[in-house]
Amino acid sequence: MTLKTLPLHALHLELGAKMAPFAGYEMPLHYPTGIIREHLHCRSQAGFFDISHMGQFEVEGTEAAGVLENLTPSDITGLRPGFQKYTVLTLDNGGVLDDIIVSRTGTGLFIVVNAARRDQDFAHLSRSLPALKNLQDRALFALQGPKAEAVIRKFSPAVAELKFMQFAEAELDGIACSISRSGYTGEDGFEISVNISEAERLARVLLAEPLVAPVGLGARDTLRLEAGLCLYGHELNEMITPVEAGLAWIIKKGHDRFPGAEKILAQRQHGPAFVRAGLIAEGKVPIREGATLLNDRGQSVGRVTSGSFAPSLAKPVALARLETAYAAAGTTLFAEVRDRRIMLSVVPLPFIPHRYRR
Amino acid sequence: MSDLPNSLKYAATHEWAKLENGNVVRVGITDFAQQELGDLVYVELPEVGRQVKAKEQCAVVESVKTASDLYSPVTGEIVEVNESLSDSPEQINDTPYETWIFCVKTAEASELNNLMDADAYQAMIEAE
Repeated sequence: MTLKTLPLHALHLELGAKMAPFAGYEMPLHYPTGIIREHLHCRSQAGFFDISHMGQFEVEGTEAAGVLENLTPSDITGLRPGFQKYTVLTLDNGGVLDDIIVSRTGTGLFIVVNAARRDQDFAHLSRSLPALKNLQDRALFALQGPKAEAVIRKFSPAVAELKFMQFAEAELDGIACSISRSGYTGEDGFEISVNISEAERLARVLLAEPLVAPVGLGARDTLRLEAGLCLYGHELNEMITPVEAGLAWIIKKGHDRFPGAEKILAQRQHGPAFVRAGLIAEGKVPIREGATLLNDRGQSVGRVTSGSFAPSLAKPVALARLETAYAAAGTTLFAEVRDRRIMLSVVPLPFIPHRYRR
Repeated sequence: MSDLPNSLKYAATHEWAKLENGNVVRVGITDFAQQELGDLVYVELPEVGRQVKAKEQCAVVESVKTASDLYSPVTGEIVEVNESLSDSPEQINDTPYETWIFCVKTAEASELNNLMDADAYQAMIEAE
């Protein structure tokens, strides 16, 4: 299979990126500064991410919100124009087809989906929303970090006033964009959808700002991990329900018409057998995805779904799928790493407090 | 890519080896290897006194993204390990050819002849 390249492929190479395959795309894994410095730059300044591999869909019509609401557990009909929300597409077995961001535009919906799930999502959504369009002429950038607002304010004071999960159409340096106050790092920030023909110019304008540095996919993963956020294919998949993934908060009260509702709502009421939890290791040995987790009697009680060194904590952290009885904060567990058992503590999520501008 | 030191020998598994006093081999990883791995966050060192064979796995380096095994280039006994890597594994990223990881005392220094010289290793990584 040949890898697809991003619209800004040449720019990433010019910036010295180490490229790696992800979801069928050749993506910038990190730039010459490396994952740790990029991660810390995003937590202290502003990071620029090219996330153009993600799918962008659009559908016109006021009835689209009601149709989409029947495919997700969330309140989509109550979403006002100019607002967006995080939700999931559920399956009849209660599992998750994808986690997505839905924005209510003046005339319809704008949806951002994961790259690896774009084709499945489009087929699934099109069955109910035949007018759905896959916007293949759009790039997507994220500008994340405590200085992101100051950078954006230089180009658009109005966009700098948006609050978390609001979006607007605006021009940045004369370039038409759709901009939301959102992201997946735990930091304040923006996601910017722009026509491919203008994408490189916009990227260069933002990267020319002294507070902004490019951040690759490697740090994007460590940032979202510290923020305790789900990554599809790891904390979410077709066999894991939103309740098990800790996403019961997305369910609209009284809504029972979405696929898998019976199982998902029963789990919410009675509690699931497995839940997502956060773990911190005391030593320095990184705990990786797939590691088996044991209780103090050596019995398997779960497995690691994402694990890495957390640059902001300077410690290994992990997200895990655990038997509910072992998921309470303070529980001690053990991971098998090579021939050793590494002690871990269950901790509340997120690992690093979110700093959204609400 | 920085110039490869000509005084070192290189394994296909990206370790460098330096013979000292005729029977001690100091081992680290190449600049190519540290660049491929990215920021290192953990090094699992072998125990001093352990007997190893040539090409036996005996240490692990872990970056943010991945873990990679290291192999002894020669048969012998681990006589010294670089304990300072426990607190600062990033030394390997900063100065890969000055940051050794372990030393093997060997009676079979001729096994180093199975490794590559700088030119051969350079040709190998350019082909990757």
